[in-house]
Amino acid sequence: MYVSPIREPLIRGNKDYSQVTKDILAPMAGTPSKYWYMGIALALSAALFGAWATYVTLFTGIGSWGLNKTIGWGWDITNFVWWVGIGHAGTFISAILLLFRQKWRTSINRSAEAMTLIAVMCAGFFPLIHMGRLFLGFFIFPYPNTRALWVNFNSPLLWDVFAISTYFAVSLIFWYVGLIPDIGTVRDKAKTKIRKAIYGFLSFGWTGSAKHWSRHETVSLILAGLAAPLVLSVHTIVSFDFATSVIPGWHTTIFPPYFVSGAVFSGFAMVLTLLIITRKALHLEEYITVNHIESMNKIIILTGSIVGIAYMTEFFIAWYSGNEYEMFTFVNRAFGPYAWAYWIMMTCNVITPQLFWFKKIRTNVLITFIISIFVNIGMWFERFVIVVSSLHRDYLPSSWSMYTPSVVEVGLYVGTLGLFFTLFLLFIRVFPVIAIAEVKSVLKTSGENKNHSEHE
Amino acid sequence: MNKYITAYYLDEEKLLDGLKQVKAKGFKIADVLSPFPVHGIDKVLGLRRSRLTRVAFIGGAIGAITGFGFQAWVFTMAYPINFGGKPFFAAPSFIPVAFETTVLFAAFSMVFAFLIASKLLPGNDPVIHDERVTDDHFLVIIDVADGSSTDEISKIEKALQEAGAEGIKYKA
Repeated sequence: MYVSPIREPLIRGNKDYSQVTKDILAPMAGTPSKYWYMGIALALSAALFGAWATYVTLFTGIGSWGLNKTIGWGWDITNFVWWVGIGHAGTFISAILLLFRQKWRTSINRSAEAMTLIAVMCAGFFPLIHMGRLFLGFFIFPYPNTRALWVNFNSPLLWDVFAISTYFAVSLIFWYVGLIPDIGTVRDKAKTKIRKAIYGFLSFGWTGSAKHWSRHETVSLILAGLAAPLVLSVHTIVSFDFATSVIPGWHTTIFPPYFVSGAVFSGFAMVLTLLIITRKALHLEEYITVNHIESMNKIIILTGSIVGIAYMTEFFIAWYSGNEYEMFTFVNRAFGPYAWAYWIMMTCNVITPQLFWFKKIRTNVLITFIISIFVNIGMWFERFVIVVSSLHRDYLPSSWSMYTPSVVEVGLYVGTLGLFFTLFLLFIRVFPVIAIAEVKSVLKTSGENKNHSEHE
Repeated sequence: MNKYITAYYLDEEKLLDGLKQVKAKGFKIADVLSPFPVHGIDKVLGLRRSRLTRVAFIGGAIGAITGFGFQAWVFTMAYPINFGGKPFFAAPSFIPVAFETTVLFAAFSMVFAFLIASKLLPGNDPVIHDERVTDDHFLVIIDVADGSSTDEISKIEKALQEAGAEGIKYKA
């Protein structure tokens, strides 16, 4: 088999197949480290704060939030769009990079997909809680009812319901189908009877038969083909929530591509944040190498630059369209009372990722980690700027207003962060964080063991 | 599968070479169990291309028709509502939901078809020939016909041995 001398190996350390199994299953064995307990304690306390905020919202209504008549969407929708966007990287890595035959995805796709699922759960929470009555959430689905009423299929908010729920369901089965062979490995390596029984049940009776593998590959490929347009459609539809309205600053045709690239941008930042910690904590540096980090940083430069161009295009069109309301909104964004948010967004999203043009910086793990946090913050502010700064000064100056979130809204946001990290910490204990079978299938062509790759 | 012979390889390229040799001698390989998909094995074993893609297409088509048709039915027949003077049959605004149902139906129908066709269902209790199959062993299974003499069995074993297989076992 031909091995390019220029390409650096994807998997470091002279691994054979059974070493791969051992390394990847290692974090699941034994009792968790004390850092894991500390992490989950912190995450659970954040989630508890969120539970309190949910309780207050449900029992006193969304009057407990800082919203007012002018600003009807605040942190809740900001958080919703932010979380959905973060989810996009997982599907991008597992579906779009699979279609492009990018082998480096095999080390990161499993955990990125898990991150997607958890992020979409956190996202879905916000529109539901914004209804004020969480228990009536099912009203958003078209179900036969005594009033013979259906939902409004012309509304982008309803499209969102379909987009997000389909996205979650398809991501879940895509993730699980990929997990089945690896659960089989966990089952066969299990030491106790209970573990064997549980993973045996979850593995659906996987044996690794050639016919099953052949079907498995077909299913993965077609699911990737379905998930790729799906992931693009999800943030497109989220952007329609804004773009189909007549609010200056929202009513622009640039929104769908701009939102999608922003989503991938923020998603990769979150993947980096999570994986830089995970690889260190679980000793997976030989699987998630600096090369992987560099590749992700390249995607961050690309999508970050698209986002930067989108900001400038929006501003240009605001002037070029000759629409005074549009122009006012944009000048107000950059120089009005929310200018600080706008400039945080510009700095974090447009300037910091450009540092990745330097190879020294994009191969430096610590700097990458810091920049990934900057991007997370910047993308949160992008949504805040879009939601709040467009609303707070509308056509009627007498209704101009300012918005400050209440402690309850902060609690809901911190709560979803807590939920996110809690579920991710549980995931790394319960399932293999790296797709074992997929790593093995690229080991020969992309591993470090040169003797192994020569045809004997 | 009552009586069969198992043997294993530790390398997928040796496995492929070995399978070709065994096959050339006229023995039928019942199955190969491997820790990851081995490319080129479909041809050696004579596996047909999976028809799951067709299931996905049909599922997707049903999803598209259901999604679009349902919205059209709701807005033109079941409960027509006038939204700002726009037409009841507003086809462009039905597209996003129809797209999502297409993807949903295609994905779920294909995955269920895969699980059912492969008999991969929760609670299954498969025969685990060798626990190292999901780790680093590539296991070859050759069926032994009922009433085969020991001579015929040892012929298969010999063929496997010559093809470089290890751990040859006869199981009845």
